[in-house]
This record gives sequence, C-alpha cells and structure tokens, in this order.
Amino acid sequence: MPHPIVSAALFVMWLLLNESIAPGPMLVGAVLAVLGGWALALLKPGRTRLRRLGVALRLAGVVVADLVRSNIAVTQVILHRRRDRRAGFLRIHLTLRNPQALAVLACILTATPGTAWVEYDTEDGWLLLHVLDLIDEASWVSIVKDRYERPLMEIFQ
Amino acid sequence: MTGIVDLPLWAAVPVAVLLLVGAGFTLTGSIGLLRLGSFYERLHAPTLGTSLGVGCILLASMVFFSVLQTRLVVHEVLVGILVVVTTPVTLMLLARAALHRDRLEGDDKVPRSARPPDPSA
Amino acid sequence: MSVTLLTWSLMIAQIMLGLAFVCATYRVLRGPRAQDRVVGLDTLYVNGMLLLLTFGIRSGTVLYFEAALVIALLVFVSTAALAKFLMRGEVIE
Repeated sequence: MPHPIVSAALFVMWLLLNESIAPGPMLVGAVLAVLGGWALALLKPGRTRLRRLGVALRLAGVVVADLVRSNIAVTQVILHRRRDRRAGFLRIHLTLRNPQALAVLACILTATPGTAWVEYDTEDGWLLLHVLDLIDEASWVSIVKDRYERPLMEIFQ
Repeated sequence: MTGIVDLPLWAAVPVAVLLLVGAGFTLTGSIGLLRLGSFYERLHAPTLGTSLGVGCILLASMVFFSVLQTRLVVHEVLVGILVVVTTPVTLMLLARAALHRDRLEGDDKVPRSARPPDPSA
Repeated sequence: MSVTLLTWSLMIAQIMLGLAFVCATYRVLRGPRAQDRVVGLDTLYVNGMLLLLTFGIRSGTVLYFEAALVIALLVFVSTAALAKFLMRGEVIE
C-alpha cells in the first residue's frame, strides 16, 4: 500500500457512509481503500513525512480556538459598524517552502473568518493576504508566523 | 412534519442551543455579505457559515440522532470534513480570479503582485 | 417541555437560516460584479444545506442528510468551475 493514511481514511469514510461494520461494506471499503491509494500513487503527489504528532495536535487545538475567536470578532465587525475599521491587503514573507505545508497554511488562513489567502509568490515566498480588520499589521504578521508557520515547519520538515 | 420526537431534557437543551448558535453565525455571515463594502471584504462573510455555522448545526444533528436512535450517529462528520476541506479551496480560487480580473482592468486598489513594490523602481 | 423547546428553537433557527438565504439571494441578484454573484451563490448553497439539516432534525429522518451531503459535494464543483470561468472565460480548455 503506497499511501497508508489515505487508504485508511477512505476505508473509514466508506464505513461511515454505510453506517455499518458488516463484512460486506468492510470488503468493498478495503477494495476502495487499496484502489484509492494506488490512484494517488499514480498521480505522484510527492512523499511527505509527517513528524511530531504532538505538535500537530496542538496546532489543531490552536486552530479550533482561533476559529471560535475570529468568528466572534468578525460577527462584531459585521454587526457594529466601527469608523476606524480598515480592511486591506497585507504582505508576509514566509520561510515555509514545503508545498503540502503551504496548502495546509492556506486552508487554515482562509477557513478562519477575517483572513483570506489571495496570492503566493513561489519564487521569493511572498504571501498576499486580505485581512478584514487590519488595525495592527505587526500583530497579524506575528500571528501567521508564530502561531501557524513555526509549528507547520516542525511538522513538515 | 408531524412530530418532533420527545428527547430527554438533558439532550434537548444542547441541541436547541447549538441550533440557535449555528443559525445565528450563518445569518451574521449572510448579513455581512449584504453590508460589507468591497468584494474582498465580502469574501470573508461565507466563512462564518462554513466554520461555526456548519459545525454547530452538524453537532446538533449528531447529538439529536444519537439520542433518538440510542446509538452513536457520526456520519455528519463527513459533511463537516467535506465543507471544511473544500471551502478554503473555492474561496482561494475566487480570490485569485477576482484579483486577475481587477488587474486586467487596471484597478489601482489591488496590489500588482505579491512581492512588495521595489523602492528603486 | 423538551418538545416545546425543540419546536421553538428549530423554528427560530429555520427563520434565521431563511433570512440568511434571502440575504445571499439578494447578493446573487444584485452583483454588482460576476465574482460577487459567485460568492453569493456559494453562501446560498451552504445556507440551503444547513436548512435541509434542520428539516432532518424536525422530521427525525436521516434522508435529508444525504441531500445535504450531495449539496456539499456540488458546492465545491460548481464554485470551482465558476471561478475557473471567471479567470479564463471558459471552463474546459
């Protein structure tokens, strides 16, 4: 099996869809899992070694907490119009270069309300973000770099 | 739509709270879609519904059906994973498409590139 | 007691989701530009999906869940295709 994690995820997904652990769905799920792993291997996504499961779990916790916090912050922005609110683009220079890690970072930043990944320059590593409430540029840069980029670099090294 | 089945109160309260919170965040996101001024600001509005809105209502559904059928019903997780994984991708694609169109039209308000402008140029 | 609580909270949640649906529809109809309409459509899909899930809780059947799953799949494909169209002017090159 070329991609054990992807295969296992496909297997679990099939069982969830069927809502049973009878032998029939298990067999079909196993076939699906093996075929899915092979299909992914044919696409050659490049192998990534995931390390530091503890760091990954802590990052997931941080992301969930930030999700709740930024939901509340954006709710306040929408419901109370503040005069001094300024939305705008923000440039951040990233040291992270692993494509998979960048994809995870992009998903985190876009899924969190208030920040949206707009463009990334692959040559120099400049990231263009759009931020809904751009009061303090430095604090946004430090949030992206310290809270997300550093753990991601540890996970995908 | 005849009957809402009788749940014990300890399950009904979290289901009700989660439903109201989830619907509230989704509504706020859609109001933001109306009230925010520019396209790039409006791009942030749907994420309210797709993060906590979807999360709370799916959790409510999971609690409701698990108590109703007295077994663990977790297949709602699939919808959750699907939404969480796909929404950022579509929003990023849309942002890039909008940026591309704005640059083609020569809009000064959008940055010309992700790199900072060269001070010597 | 719990029936009244659930009935009312479901009704209020459905009214809120219905209003959210109206807001998103307004954005789809008004624009002003094509990308605004696509963001509106994306939100419309998600709101509709959540509305279906509340209908599922109200009727106590899991049938609505499957509809919600299909919508969650469709929203990705349709928005990605529309974004591609906005970028290039055609969907399939």
